Amino acid sequence: MSDADNPGFTPIEMMTIAASRALKSDDVCFVGIGAPSAACNVARLTHAPDITLIYESGTIGTAPDVLPLSIGDGELCETAVTTVAVPEMFRYWLQGGRISIGFLGAAQLDKFGNINTTVIGDYAHPKTRLPGGGGAPEIATSSRQVYITMAQSKRGMVETIDFFTSFGHGEGGDHRKRLGIDTAGPTLLITDLAIWKPDPVTKEFTVVSLHPGVTREQVQDTCGWVVKFAEALDETPAPTELELKTLRDLQARTKAAHQGTAKGKAA
Amino acid sequence: MVKFLPLKEAVAANLHDGDTVAFEGFTHLIPTAAAHEAIRQGFRELTLIRMTPDLIYDQMIGMGMARKIVFSYVGNPGVGLLRRARDAIENGFPRSIEVEEHSHAGMANAYEAGAAGLPCAVFRGYRGAGLVSVNPNIKSVTCPFTGEVLAAVPAIRPDVTFVHAQKADRKGNVLVEGIIGIQKEAVLAAKRAVVTVEEVVDNFDDLHPNLSVLPSWTIAAIAVVPGGSHPSYTHGYYERDNAAYLEWDEIAADRDRFQAWMNENVIESSADDFAGRVKHLRKAA
Repeated sequence: MSDADNPGFTPIEMMTIAASRALKSDDVCFVGIGAPSAACNVARLTHAPDITLIYESGTIGTAPDVLPLSIGDGELCETAVTTVAVPEMFRYWLQGGRISIGFLGAAQLDKFGNINTTVIGDYAHPKTRLPGGGGAPEIATSSRQVYITMAQSKRGMVETIDFFTSFGHGEGGDHRKRLGIDTAGPTLLITDLAIWKPDPVTKEFTVVSLHPGVTREQVQDTCGWVVKFAEALDETPAPTELELKTLRDLQARTKAAHQGTAKGKAA
Repeated sequence: MVKFLPLKEAVAANLHDGDTVAFEGFTHLIPTAAAHEAIRQGFRELTLIRMTPDLIYDQMIGMGMARKIVFSYVGNPGVGLLRRARDAIENGFPRSIEVEEHSHAGMANAYEAGAAGLPCAVFRGYRGAGLVSVNPNIKSVTCPFTGEVLAAVPAIRPDVTFVHAQKADRKGNVLVEGIIGIQKEAVLAAKRAVVTVEEVVDNFDDLHPNLSVLPSWTIAAIAVVPGGSHPSYTHGYYERDNAAYLEWDEIAADRDRFQAWMNENVIESSADDFAGRVKHLRKAA
């Protein structure tokens, strides 16, 4: 832990790179915007060059040079194998069972992988109205597996979420099966501090690997439920030079591309 | 028969107070100029349908034009929240609005059912989702062949749909390409459709036979508005103004700043101003 003060990478970089490693070249991945999008493209630019990335705007097999700001940036279409209409996207490709990994972020997450991106507070009279689900409710149940990535905080990782935007393992155990959902649901959670997997029986997310220099206490202090740790706890390998360079180059290109010259102009 | 009209007349002839209206474009081809014209003409009591309300509905809601919104993602894509919509939902400012919320799959299926002339859409969705308990329009049906319980939502049938597209030919057929989103379904689901285009060309003779073309007889009016989807984009013409989306987050955060911006850029402006707004976004293609 001597390098903990200056490990040469940030926790968010570690999160993105750890998430990218979970993806394989033969995956067909439905990509959520934000952290999932960065991880999926790092995977494509490093160890998984043949991965099929799909964004809900209908772009299939896309290979953007910069990270899109929205799910519908032109670059996604220009670099895609094909672009289909939105109803086709959701009916043939997602509902049709052709997605191996749905990759989602979360505003609020509980220990069973249920996600809230809809409201903080009561639905009818919300304290904060968040954007809502978009494609996520069906991504969460129609993708064969779901990966989730988010930075840890007590506000974000909570005992009880305010709204079930996307169903994970519900109350745990066989809750998905009882609802007739035959896909695996959340099988992996990658945070800025650790890698988590659901317990095979209870489906509660359990820490299986700590990122370099991270302590159990740090994980618990930034999580709103009592954290369970695996008996054999791994340490996540630190980012390689290639992984870090790929991520940083991608983000530099992205920043340059999105800054533009809008000040004072009509929107 | 389709009419080529100035945008002002196309909007005045096809939109009315109290209408159920869709301004569609899935991030791409958003009909901003048409929405701004509707704002200038000051319609009231509208039911606004749109998968991703985006800046245009934030603006219309902020100007008090909406009675109800039907949507599946009320965010500023890639940036964050829509602050005028939030103010209406959280604080009832400038008025309270009714909310009907779906998932993208639900909306896409509902538009498709509208285009197909069906009363409802049936699909595998909303399983375990909280929306089922807050939206009475999400119901279920049991497959008569397999017994599987599926989601059902009513078809979307707007009084009028507005979309932006690349180009029309002289007969009024319209080409949509790139991220085509829900454009075709939204037009075919509506009683009337108004399309803004970047340009008019003589004919479509040299186009690939499988491109997405809306025949002229599916459209009520076409208005030529170069730049008409800014700060969204038109594939092949100009790029998305991502900086403007980032900037909107600050403008919409403050009620007074929003109003001042609307006065300057919408109320005291016209459809002719859009071409200038995309000059720096055109590619040397």
